[in-house]
Amino acid sequence: MSHASTYKPSTGIEKWLDKRLPIIRMSADFMDFPTPKNLNYWWTFGGILAVCLVIQIITGVVLAMHYTPHVDMAFNSVEHIMRDVNYGWLLRYIHSNGASMFFLAVYIHMFRGLYYGSYKEPREVVWMLGVVIFLLMMATAFMGYVLPWGQMSYWGATVITNLFSAIPLVGDDIRTLLWGGFSVDNPTLNRFFSLHYLLPFAIFGVVALHIWAFHTSGNNNPSGVEIKDVKKDAVPFHPYYTVKDGFAIVVFLILFAAFVFFNPNGLGHADNYIEANPLSTPAHIVPEWYFLPFYAMLRAITFDIGPIPAKLGGVITMFSSILVLFVLPWLDTSKVRSMRYRPVARMWFVLFVVAAVALGYLGGKPAEGTYVMLAQIATAYYFAFFLIILPLLGILETPKPLPRSIAESVLPKASKPETSAAPGAPAAAE
Amino acid sequence: MKRMFTARTLMIALFAAFAGHSAALAAGGGAKHPEHQHWHFSGVFGTYDQNALQRGYQVYETVCSNCHSLNLVAFRNLGQKGGPFYLAECPEGVADSIDCSNPNDNPIVKALAAKYKYQVTDGPDDTGEMFQREALPADRIPPPYANEQLARMANNNALPPDLSLITKARKAGPDYVYSLITGYEDPPPTVNLAPGQHYNPYFEGDMTAVMKPEYLHQGHPVDGVEVPPGGTLAMAPPLADGIIEYGDGSPQTVEQYAKDVVEFLMWAAEPKMEARKALGVMTIIYLIILACILYWSYRKIWEHLKK
Repeated sequence: MSHASTYKPSTGIEKWLDKRLPIIRMSADFMDFPTPKNLNYWWTFGGILAVCLVIQIITGVVLAMHYTPHVDMAFNSVEHIMRDVNYGWLLRYIHSNGASMFFLAVYIHMFRGLYYGSYKEPREVVWMLGVVIFLLMMATAFMGYVLPWGQMSYWGATVITNLFSAIPLVGDDIRTLLWGGFSVDNPTLNRFFSLHYLLPFAIFGVVALHIWAFHTSGNNNPSGVEIKDVKKDAVPFHPYYTVKDGFAIVVFLILFAAFVFFNPNGLGHADNYIEANPLSTPAHIVPEWYFLPFYAMLRAITFDIGPIPAKLGGVITMFSSILVLFVLPWLDTSKVRSMRYRPVARMWFVLFVVAAVALGYLGGKPAEGTYVMLAQIATAYYFAFFLIILPLLGILETPKPLPRSIAESVLPKASKPETSAAPGAPAAAE
Repeated sequence: MKRMFTARTLMIALFAAFAGHSAALAAGGGAKHPEHQHWHFSGVFGTYDQNALQRGYQVYETVCSNCHSLNLVAFRNLGQKGGPFYLAECPEGVADSIDCSNPNDNPIVKALAAKYKYQVTDGPDDTGEMFQREALPADRIPPPYANEQLARMANNNALPPDLSLITKARKAGPDYVYSLITGYEDPPPTVNLAPGQHYNPYFEGDMTAVMKPEYLHQGHPVDGVEVPPGGTLAMAPPLADGIIEYGDGSPQTVEQYAKDVVEFLMWAAEPKMEARKALGVMTIIYLIILACILYWSYRKIWEHLKK
């Protein structure tokens, strides 16, 4: 959906610059970008995520000015930020809750992509870049959580880095490389700090590619039907979506602020206010809430699979749960993008969301008894959804008739009986 | 409208699921759940009660500081805005040139530091020796023990934790600390405590380890016998009615001492809480107004498309 540029340099300077570096043209085209007129509020999370990334980078850069990455000083330097740095408590609480808000938004963004088939032709690359961003986010958040050097920082780092030792042949060497020694210690903290500062800029770069990619393919939309007539089906990004995204961003910031100002430690773990102690293991080592679904899958594999020991099986399962997303565009065989027109797929999707949330719950529970069994069922369903259900449904399911165009899909219900059967009219029509 | 409604419902449901999940995380262990107390500092508009902070400091200074350090708190913090001994104006008899709202010049803080029970180790001096001196407002509150080994030796090999962050370092921290110091009980008849150990149902621990052998079978309690909740710790019940003399006529009971010291320790862990909440209220009001303006703009801009 690249569109013809409508930018006309008017002043001499603009004309001069336009021949050399058409950066004003690029921005103007960005603002004019024809965007489907029926995008609902689920589509505002892209903008929300961009805001999250910028907030994390700005607060993070300032925090780094006051933080000391040394095992003897890290914990106290964070408390120094909380007590003696002007508005340090604000920076630190924004940054720590910002990570949670970032993941909340990215999960909603991903579920939206799943539901409306935003990964399908011609947006496979948009989706895959999104999965790369997600992986980078996970690495960044994990290393960031180690920096305050509390008990959960230390023991979380120990558990996760030890997973790499399960890899046959090179596992121990990889772990030594991650540690920079033979246990989680000062070199580990130093390299994690370095990478925690580096990776957000890598994320920034991949985000640019992600946006570039969907500016080439065009936005998907709730109907899943491509723009046919730009005049009827689309509106310029600005002012229509700047104002709608702006509203959604501010509503999201209200939630964000509620956590930062009134429950800043609600999403954290009390043990991380105890300084790291290699000689004292906490009773329950749990990661932050946004990693719990994956932690549950890791611990769900309690049995050997043929020659694969349980530990390696768990690690493979956990990493596969994200890697499977890379091939999703080719696993889903249905030509219909939006699940609004796929009543059967929609049911399985709801079940998938239930399984994902259940895994999050189970990841926070001790790995014993019924919890393990439930996690195994949910894990099995997670993979079955991608590897069995989506491939089969494309063949077996009869989708509902699609609207002929985006404009038709947003017409009032009375005039269009066939699409009114779809669950709810798009937000733009409300 | 219907579509937006479903989207909103799902978002609320998702968030409720997360919230429920963190609540589930907070439960657990074999210890009794801390008794919920009403705190002056809880809630959106909660603040610290300065009188309670002062009494709480008195409890810490008289009792807790015999074993527990408060390493992250400096004397000057006691006199900063929102602190126990903050003075907006100087009391009578102080020279006009002094600004008592500056914690370093606050006469109460200076006196508390100078007459504190432990001195500060400073140095080396010109002869290369370390020396002891009275504390200044800029000093951190001196700890009772010079190092961990000394602390363990004095406490039956247990290490009294630093209290600077204790109310944030335990689940339901303020309720927990209150319940722990007021909740000591006589050990149940099924257990046998070593000398110097004390039973507390709120303390995380494993009571099977101290159960009398006749109630155990292969490490598990025999039928009809339950493992008592809680655990054992080296700290004796620290408070008793009347052990501290309050100057303001507050009741001199264990419960009152405990409430006051928890309020003080919450302040020690989160000294910027009042500033945080005040800024939070303004921020949220600002964001709500901005959201209304943006929503109105959105409706206005999209108006002609919806005909």
